[in-house]
Amino acid sequence: MALATRTDRRPSLPRTVWDSTVGKKTVMAVSGLIMLLYLVAHMIGNLKIFFGPGDFNHYAHWLRTLGAPVMRWEWTLWVVRVGLVAAVVAHAVSAYQLSRRDIRARPSKYVHNKPRASYATRTMRWGGIILGLFIVWHILDLTTGTVHPGGYEHLHPYQNVIDTFSTWYGNVIYITAVVALGFHVRHGFWSAAQTLGVGNATRDRALKTCANGLALLLTAGFASVPIGVMTGVVS
Amino acid sequence: MKLTLRVWRQQNSDADGAMSTYEVDGISADMSFLEMLDTLNEELIVKGEDPVAFDHDCREGICGACSLVINGDAHGPERTTTCQLHMRSFEDGDTIDVEPWRAAAFPVIKDLVVDRSAFDRIIQSGGYISAPTGSAPEAHATPVPKPDADFAFEHAECIGCGACVAACPNGSAMLFTSAKVNHLNVLPQGAPERETRVLDMVTQMDAEGFGGCTLTGECATACPKGIPLPSIAAMNKEWLRATRKARR
Repeated sequence: MALATRTDRRPSLPRTVWDSTVGKKTVMAVSGLIMLLYLVAHMIGNLKIFFGPGDFNHYAHWLRTLGAPVMRWEWTLWVVRVGLVAAVVAHAVSAYQLSRRDIRARPSKYVHNKPRASYATRTMRWGGIILGLFIVWHILDLTTGTVHPGGYEHLHPYQNVIDTFSTWYGNVIYITAVVALGFHVRHGFWSAAQTLGVGNATRDRALKTCANGLALLLTAGFASVPIGVMTGVVS
Repeated sequence: MKLTLRVWRQQNSDADGAMSTYEVDGISADMSFLEMLDTLNEELIVKGEDPVAFDHDCREGICGACSLVINGDAHGPERTTTCQLHMRSFEDGDTIDVEPWRAAAFPVIKDLVVDRSAFDRIIQSGGYISAPTGSAPEAHATPVPKPDADFAFEHAECIGCGACVAACPNGSAMLFTSAKVNHLNVLPQGAPERETRVLDMVTQMDAEGFGGCTLTGECATACPKGIPLPSIAAMNKEWLRATRKARR
């Protein structure tokens, strides 16, 4: 064995990723994209409400039989739930640690201060907190029924959705959250592309258009449900 | 021109600083911003006061020594260095705020002078190539494709002034580090250290206490040399590649 020729052992891959700001941003980008994919599927599912209770409730039932006969009742759903919780936790923990670091790195403000970054960019942290709180309320409302207004009935999502959006606060919370989501995705999707090294000068316009399109699509798609209930299109 | 200056005065790195107000008269529109400060300092010296300390060296916009945040903009309102900023960019009677670079990794030494040696340590950690000593090699021995040469040169323009850090709301040095990494990583001369360079420089950047990148784009707007924002994405790509390929 050669002596002392290999003295600089590098840390393991997970250690390198988690200890580095670039690596932690990668964790944020990947977990964010996983959540984004889920949101697109979730929005498409939500829009089935416009085809009536039969379609919507059947879709909810199908979600629980997904993957049968390999997967038993709700197995696939639980796999997705566990994956999403992991993504939310990874995203939030990275965001918290990176934000702490960022704030420490700029302890004194300029006397002559002017905000320049776009609204979406400046509100990523508060937007993220709003979305986190929303997810908690949303699950307690429509998954567990704990804070649901009126009688929550499992596997009857059509009526449950109408109950929620028949209250003024249900509409306010939901629409605020989907608007926050739009802003978050607008900066987040494009940022994720930069973090993963996909962005370059030629692709920049396409990536920005894609981010804005996704943000608009998700906000409009999700907001259409409470608006549908409010206007009586869904009843 | 008659101007009101509000300048950050701080005796040393341990003292508390504050903005002090000064009036300067007889400023020509053709003076550079630093010449205007020289005028102020001459007056202060005559009055027996402590002159304002600020960094400067070549005054040609190529050394990266000057470092002032003028009215909230790193290097002032024009896309150039403070030494190449002229008083014609201001109006007679203006009030101008002059502050040092603000970042935890750039502590204030005195007044407007900050310690930027964190950048030197980032360079030391990987901003070099291993080249044989002796006479210069024949220039055509190592072909470099034109687009690669252009890409390298675009990043080699970085003068390490630190405006990117000063402008960043997170005090992040990602644009500086990416300029240095991209400059060498794209060239065949930089290939032997391609992976270790980006890993080590990012590690050193983090160790110096710079913040992370949130893609606000302030750095690229402030950069007097026009290092583009996609440089950061290019370095991220190199970093991700290096984590997979680095020999252990």
